[in-house]
Amino acid sequence: MRITGAQALVRSLEAEGVEVLFGYPGGVALPIFDALYESTTVRTVLPRHEQGAVHMADGYARVTGKPGVVLVTSGPGATNTVTGIANAYMDSIPMVVFTAQVATTVIGTDAFQESDITGITIPITKHNYLVKDVAELPEVIKEAFHIATTGRPGPVLIDVPVDVSRAELTFKYPETVNLSGYKPTVKGHAKQIKQAAGMIAKARKPLLYAGGGVLASGAWKELKELCELMQLPVVATLMGKGAFPEDHHLSLGMPGMHGPKYVNYAITETDLLIAVGVRFDDRVTGKLSSFASKSRIIHIDIDPAEIGKNKAVDVPVVGDAKGVLAELVVELRKMNAEPRTDAWMRVIDDWRSRYPLHYHPHDEVVMPQYVVERVRELTKDRPTVIVTEVGQNQMWACQYARIKEPRTWASSGGLGTMGFGLPAAIGAQFGRPGHLVIDIAGDGSIQMNSQEMATAAIEKQPVKVVLLNNGFLGMVRQWQELFYERRYSSSVLPPCPDFVKLAEAYGWLGLRVTDPKEVDAALNAAFDHDGPALIDFRVAPEECVFPMVAPGGSIDEMLGGIPGGPVSEMLDDELLEEVWE
Amino acid sequence: MQHTLSVLVENKPGVLTRVASLFARRGFNIDSLAVGVTEDPSLSRITIVVGGDDVRLEQVAKQLHKLINVIKIQDLDPREMVDRELVLFKVNAPADRRHEIIEIANVFRAKIVDVGKNTVTIEATGAGDKLAAMEDLLRAYGIKELARTGKIALSRALREGAATA
Repeated sequence: MRITGAQALVRSLEAEGVEVLFGYPGGVALPIFDALYESTTVRTVLPRHEQGAVHMADGYARVTGKPGVVLVTSGPGATNTVTGIANAYMDSIPMVVFTAQVATTVIGTDAFQESDITGITIPITKHNYLVKDVAELPEVIKEAFHIATTGRPGPVLIDVPVDVSRAELTFKYPETVNLSGYKPTVKGHAKQIKQAAGMIAKARKPLLYAGGGVLASGAWKELKELCELMQLPVVATLMGKGAFPEDHHLSLGMPGMHGPKYVNYAITETDLLIAVGVRFDDRVTGKLSSFASKSRIIHIDIDPAEIGKNKAVDVPVVGDAKGVLAELVVELRKMNAEPRTDAWMRVIDDWRSRYPLHYHPHDEVVMPQYVVERVRELTKDRPTVIVTEVGQNQMWACQYARIKEPRTWASSGGLGTMGFGLPAAIGAQFGRPGHLVIDIAGDGSIQMNSQEMATAAIEKQPVKVVLLNNGFLGMVRQWQELFYERRYSSSVLPPCPDFVKLAEAYGWLGLRVTDPKEVDAALNAAFDHDGPALIDFRVAPEECVFPMVAPGGSIDEMLGGIPGGPVSEMLDDELLEEVWE
Repeated sequence: MQHTLSVLVENKPGVLTRVASLFARRGFNIDSLAVGVTEDPSLSRITIVVGGDDVRLEQVAKQLHKLINVIKIQDLDPREMVDRELVLFKVNAPADRRHEIIEIANVFRAKIVDVGKNTVTIEATGAGDKLAAMEDLLRAYGIKELARTGKIALSRALREGAATA
């Protein structure tokens, strides 16, 4: 039977098992939206801005592990997706973005709402396509989903001209792909794995450095098995939160710029860093030459280009984390390896007790850290997804939230995209309808996409926005305080809008809290509310995120927090001797 | 150090842009570039000559590998490759000096491909150093125009004492 390209596109989505598509229509996208009207399995969600659509798909992908799907029109519709695509690319999030395009006959003529979106997105997609022949469409879609979800995941864009959507073809969805230039290395090299296992068995001060790759790979079970077998302490990056249960004794927390001091001390002092699905990002490493400088490094990653990119490694293992970690466990069992980290853990626990994260609680002022702590306590026993905006709110969420389950955390890592949180939370709610989805927000970031409050209301997605409203672009203000003599240039946000009224205008529950004693009641009211809710917490305006590594500094030399450091001054000689015994 | 990368790619629109933009993004200046279809019409070979820091270049090569349309990359060893460029020189050639120019062309096994009243155009192929030597000699007569292709290269066959062409 002959069907149109648009119908074939929708059939292909159905064949891929797509449940929800975030889409915004426009002129040349109409044939596809018309075909979607018929679909009984693909739910189409209308955001209020194309950027929102992409972040929704991103949030959905982060909590489900399935690719997020977006459909927008040409020109501005397409260019509005750029930030969201770049965000997904930086964080290796699987996503397929369909952009409608002007007809092939007028491409290149500056036609109405024409933009060269494949040209624009080359550096921010894993791959992209401009489909010029309708016969190729099913194959391209099959390839796109395959590329987006395998190897190191990432966004793939398909540009579909309107005449291709209208043209007819005999539809058959391919079962396999044939990509001679794309064969990710999944299985780790046996010799390298053996060598890594030998080093782990011998190490006295090993440290596991886990990132988003563990979550992308679905390797959390294997990670836990390895770490428990060898009693390896774990530091998980912002992208790796949830890869290892954060209430586990072996879990130390987030490394880097705003990590707890004891985490950065552990990195500085470790003799074997086992890096899994990480990319040695500058926000983690600080000054590269002093990052894990006493350590040998094992680096497990599916992307060979990440090995040695920023930091030379001793044992590279290219492969899928899940398989590689499982094989490491097998090897270690074969060697009857026993944990040797007892003394090392005591060193770390000593640091942990002396240099915990810390802030000054206040009786009259709502402290932002306190709000996140209360979110943590009040959601202890209910399935919860924590999403963040970008800035101070995000760092406090990293520091004080405890992510215990994989894929229950979504935060814009590499790109640091303000405006990510609210739409990502909505997308996450679609992916995890039974979970309480909370967006830890700031008053700056949320205003970049607050129009999506309408989407949550209309689509009945009961997300909760915990707004840490300090009247500033808080992180910018913090840097200005610390490095620009408190010259608050363009970082002051006067109290506008009234967020409670804004929430109410969108049909949300809106609450305001100015007294720390009211925090719990407000959070409970919002969490129990049968619909979306926003709490405008008026928090201490000039609170800083501490501790902090100054940009370009060594990670063991941190500003703020409990005084201490660099790590050379922090070592308890007696305990250290035990490590070496 | 200069590297000659031989990149086998799918012969599809936009592939050259993907490859070239990877170099541009990382601040590499491409010294020479040549693209053409191979013995298999579905594949093209891009020969890229690029200078720069070895570690950074290795990173570019790894990123190139990640492009879906890239099949294979070789960083050709200068001792183990055959490389050629083609240059067209349009040289001032008044009648009384024309024979000298023809002589030079002959020495370099180049061809005269066009003769005008006051100029001759010479087609020369070879490795870069030979063409540079020829250019030096011709400059004395006045080079009016010059066009050159990018370098193309293939790895040498694996055999003992392979002769240089």
